[in-house]
Amino acid sequence: MTEDAEQLFPIEARALAESLEAGLLDLKSHPEDRALIDGVFRDLHTLKGSGAMFGHTRLAQFLHDFETAFEAVRDGRLRVSPALVELGLRACDHAMALLDGGSAEPGEVLLSALAALTLEPGAAQAAAQPDDLAAGTGVGDSLALGREAAAVPDQDGPPPWSLSVYLAGDTLTLGGRPLGVLDELRALGAQRLHPLLDRLPPLSELTPDRLYVGWRMELPGELSEEVIREAFLFHDEGLDLELERRAAGPAEAAAARGATAAADPEQPDAERRPKGSAGAMMRVPAERLDEMMDRVGELVIAEARLAELAARSGDTLLITVAEEIQRLATSMRETTMSIRMTPIGSISGRFRRLVHDLDATLGKPIDLVIEGQDTELDKTVIEMLADPLMHLIRNSADHGLETPEERRSMGKPDVGTIRMGARYSGAEVVITLADDGRGLDLGKLRAHAEKRGLIGPEDDLDDAEIRALILQPGFSTAQSVTELSGRGVGMDVVRRTIEQLRGTLEVESEPGHGTQISMRLPLTLAIIDGLLVEVAGERYTIPLAAVEHIIELPEDRAQETGHTRLLTIRDKLVPFLRLRQLLDSPGAPGPHQKVVVVTAGELRVGLTVDRIIGSSQTVIKQLSPLHAALKSFSGATVLGDGTVALILDVPQLVAFGQALDAVEAA
Amino acid sequence: MMPRAFRSAQPSREFRPAQDVVTLRLGGELLAIESGLVREVLEPGAITRVPNAPAFAAGLLNVRGTVVPLTDLRIPLRMPRCPRDADTRILVLDLKLAGAASVVGILAEKVHEVTQISSAAIEDVPDVGARWPAQFVRAIGRKDTQYFIIPDLDAIFAAFLAVPLGAALQIA
Repeated sequence: MTEDAEQLFPIEARALAESLEAGLLDLKSHPEDRALIDGVFRDLHTLKGSGAMFGHTRLAQFLHDFETAFEAVRDGRLRVSPALVELGLRACDHAMALLDGGSAEPGEVLLSALAALTLEPGAAQAAAQPDDLAAGTGVGDSLALGREAAAVPDQDGPPPWSLSVYLAGDTLTLGGRPLGVLDELRALGAQRLHPLLDRLPPLSELTPDRLYVGWRMELPGELSEEVIREAFLFHDEGLDLELERRAAGPAEAAAARGATAAADPEQPDAERRPKGSAGAMMRVPAERLDEMMDRVGELVIAEARLAELAARSGDTLLITVAEEIQRLATSMRETTMSIRMTPIGSISGRFRRLVHDLDATLGKPIDLVIEGQDTELDKTVIEMLADPLMHLIRNSADHGLETPEERRSMGKPDVGTIRMGARYSGAEVVITLADDGRGLDLGKLRAHAEKRGLIGPEDDLDDAEIRALILQPGFSTAQSVTELSGRGVGMDVVRRTIEQLRGTLEVESEPGHGTQISMRLPLTLAIIDGLLVEVAGERYTIPLAAVEHIIELPEDRAQETGHTRLLTIRDKLVPFLRLRQLLDSPGAPGPHQKVVVVTAGELRVGLTVDRIIGSSQTVIKQLSPLHAALKSFSGATVLGDGTVALILDVPQLVAFGQALDAVEAA
Repeated sequence: MMPRAFRSAQPSREFRPAQDVVTLRLGGELLAIESGLVREVLEPGAITRVPNAPAFAAGLLNVRGTVVPLTDLRIPLRMPRCPRDADTRILVLDLKLAGAASVVGILAEKVHEVTQISSAAIEDVPDVGARWPAQFVRAIGRKDTQYFIIPDLDAIFAAFLAVPLGAALQIA
């Protein structure tokens, strides 16, 4: 148990440090936000406390001064300044380094810098207690009002708290330190401490390592209930705690109201939602979720078979049961998928930190705006996205945004903006990364690509094609390779990652106004909506997300085999590929061919099939290494009747078709 | 699991004296597959053709919800092929492909029995090298008067995976 806790500590600490980092970055733009200051203080306090508990004394000692500094901020004796935020961020890094066993920066340097900062008379213009409250309202931040309410009883001199507490009996065996808790309470101002011995068993039944003693004490009435309960942060389990105002009266009611109001501010503010605001959380190894998803996938397949068999039998009782199971399997699938869904916001802290650092290194003030943080994607997708997005942000900051002087001369605000957005679009999530910088210089791009031998001078490319060149391997526009980006490996790695995730990438740019990169990604990698089609008696699944519409192939076109493969669809010429030919299928096409119009990147292509069977939930099974070389298929799925159908990889299939055409034409 | 892991480390021409094997008919010959590798024997159900795949691994089948590739050892062993009939079976094997544990089906014209055979080194059997690619035959087994080809599955699959399929397969 203790070992478990020790293993968990680094994970917890990392989460705390991330939350701390996010809080500090928020403070940079909202230096007077009470909720944020409290959050930062709480994170520092917890990190220090749990660090000490698990023997990370260096970490605890190091954080102590920062905790004191933020305590001063919380109490209004110190103002948040950019320098303090910066120091806080570096302290975060240092704390993480200490956790990892090494330390990149000597902590003493940070501590003396902190000491200098806290003693600076200007920064420390000690605001008197009442001013502090006024400052809270002065911000005009409605969130601060909750705190106000909580503080109201202060003026009446609220009656002291009476606290009786028994820690869990196994506290000692689990490595807890009751004396530490008492110390903490004493620091809060605990008085009249009495042991409670009523639970002490007779000597014959006493187990030496169990904790039977409880304590009763008085605590200053000014403290909020939250603060008192925080002293028991690591003793939640089995905690027996009674906390009440000594004299019940209107003040108590007010305090209770205040406490709820104080808790409220965190809720409406989703953007800055602190960790653990939801009730009980559980950490689960990711592999278990993957395993669970596999099982659910099999369940969905088995259920489809059952439904088909039941329908064929015509037995109404069986059909009822099959429908019931179908309902359960569907909700099971949705629940499992939702467990794996993670909001984009979970990785946005890294981006904000990156921008903060870039700001300093590049000497370009940058504002990172993140929209749609709550948009959720499969956790695997999120994790794989982090690096490409970091790269894109670095690119935007380095190549896209101009220096403040250049910006001013162009009539733009000094501060460059990088905007990251995430939103749902059908069964996909669209992530955009836009900057308001100089945009892509198409002429330069083209010249560079020619120099690199990616295209020849005679190649006729339209603007979109030129923009797409930056995604090519070995393309780098940086005049000189900078420390940040421009190693020439970046963009095509981004593209490859997105393609691996079965997503697409698009570059838009307006000279002088900025560049936007849009990534479309499937919500999940495990199950997709598929369109089941039939070609020569064989069934294939086309990802529904790629399907635009379906039309009937005009009969006069059905039998032709020539190379003119263009159809007029809604006044537009659309090339089409005969799946029968692509898939080397036996037999001749029937008279009523259908054309499934799909989009592959910016291309619209029709695929001719014999029959449309319908759409269905498709559980994707990876192909074995024996078939990994067949790029036209992204996987296989098991159909309701138990047979296997291949899933067409539309962009790859289109590329394959074009290659076939090229071979035939040659 | 353990014996399989060690197996590939052994010199391919050596074979333990007595071995539990599943015997089967393929290309008119008798083959023996180490029984520890065989997960189950299935009657061929619906087999999905994989377009543009090489003949060695031209199909997929569903083994209890798992998609399993179906392979035909007659291709690497250069044996004549005949159409499927009532005796045709599929052996589902646990193999390591490219370092990962995989399930693979192999086609059998008929499955005979699980038995113990003793093996003879390949050189002891005349004419064999001339008829099958020697690098794909691990040994020749013997039971009474019958001889069995013991294919070197590791070598066969490794050779298949080593071919740059992309170019060879995609555009014929």
